[in-house]
Amino acid sequence: MKDIYIHIEINKCDLCGCCVGVCPHDALEMTETNLILIEEACTNCSKCVWSCPVEAIEFDKTKAIKNNEKI
Amino acid sequence: MKKFEIEYDVIVVGGGPAGCVAARFAAEGGAKTLLLEKDKEIGIPVRCGEAISKEGVEEFIVPNLKWIRAKINKFIFTSPDSTTVEMPLSEEAGYVLDRKIFDNELARLASEAGADVITKSYVDELILEDGIVKGVGIRYLGSKYYVKSKIVIAADGVESRAGRWAGLETACDFRDMESCVQVVATNVNIDQNALYFYLGEKTAPTGYLWIFPKGDNTANIGLGIGGKENKKKSAKRYLDEFLQKNFPNASILNFTVGGVPCCPTLKKIVAPGIILVGDAARQVNPLSGGGIASGMIGGKLAGITSAKSIKKNDLNIIYEYEKLWRARLGNRHEIFNRLKEGIYNFTDDHFNSIARDFLNIKYEERNLYKLFMIALKNKPTLFVDIAKAFLRI
Repeated sequence: MKDIYIHIEINKCDLCGCCVGVCPHDALEMTETNLILIEEACTNCSKCVWSCPVEAIEFDKTKAIKNNEKI
Repeated sequence: MKKFEIEYDVIVVGGGPAGCVAARFAAEGGAKTLLLEKDKEIGIPVRCGEAISKEGVEEFIVPNLKWIRAKINKFIFTSPDSTTVEMPLSEEAGYVLDRKIFDNELARLASEAGADVITKSYVDELILEDGIVKGVGIRYLGSKYYVKSKIVIAADGVESRAGRWAGLETACDFRDMESCVQVVATNVNIDQNALYFYLGEKTAPTGYLWIFPKGDNTANIGLGIGGKENKKKSAKRYLDEFLQKNFPNASILNFTVGGVPCCPTLKKIVAPGIILVGDAARQVNPLSGGGIASGMIGGKLAGITSAKSIKKNDLNIIYEYEKLWRARLGNRHEIFNRLKEGIYNFTDDHFNSIARDFLNIKYEERNLYKLFMIALKNKPTLFVDIAKAFLRI
């Protein structure tokens, strides 16, 4: 299992959809009220981070989401 | 409140301009049509500069003061060294809309044509049978519904995932995604009949900043920058700096973020049982970033083609939509995209010298063609970019 270093700060997010539009792995889902990272699909490629106009997504290696821990 | 019926001919996902127009033309053509919007209200939030040409509007709806906030008769360009050039347009050449009311009106027209419109309906999956789209799964007020259809029209915006679920390649290169932020600000004294554009590396690299009047000393001020620049410094930071410097006394009434996919239309915008329109199909004009008119055109073509397909009971007819779109705008967007790529390579010096050269032309003789010729003179490699577009290199 891989670690995920992509973190969404939902309080900064305006649900604009830039990140979903650029994600090559269909790893983001945007509903009318939330932006959700689909960890199984994410590859840490960070394109979502680069496209966010308000810095609501960050790549932080010090804060890994350990998929295997969740299982 | 309307309950979901079990089956429709056409289900349109997304109630923006492209979706509303698609639903209207599908219904007008006799198809039993359902229009779904994920948000609680059609028309908001407004993730858009809201400007459109008169021509772009008139194909779909008679201009009405209910949703026109300003009538435009000139452009004002400001180069990086603050050279400001005005360019006249014809009287009432375009409008700044009130998108909330405008979109509501488009939805009303869809409903009038016979389409069912349901908001707060979030489509979270497609019904797929042997690789053919046969309907959608909807989350609605805490429950899940499945509604069947012969054709799904995905008008679900820049964040569209419906195309991917049907197997289409839809991701936009992050460099082409214009990351946008905008405010509606008041106490802004500008010409209420002009669209303002600011260019330059310090203001909006690989994009532009706009100020569009909304009446009563109010304006929509925003900017978009390509992903490569946004990666280094976010769009929000650029806008904050601009506002602080240029409009320190403005009050911000609204702050909204958006993404504009400034690339050519996707190679495939039809798959078995599904058609993509608007931002979902990447139908924005990649040079201007304008998407209201082109989205509505995509919607109209999709609606008409779907209705024809239903009437003739031949689902392969939906593939005609792809050809119709390319002939109407898609091919032109390829050229605009090459031009955009050429302009991305302009330095501040290029913009400054173009602005100065343009100033030397008499006001009433200035037009976009002459501006383009001056740009070519200052940056002859644009010829190459355009030639490439024609040769499809």
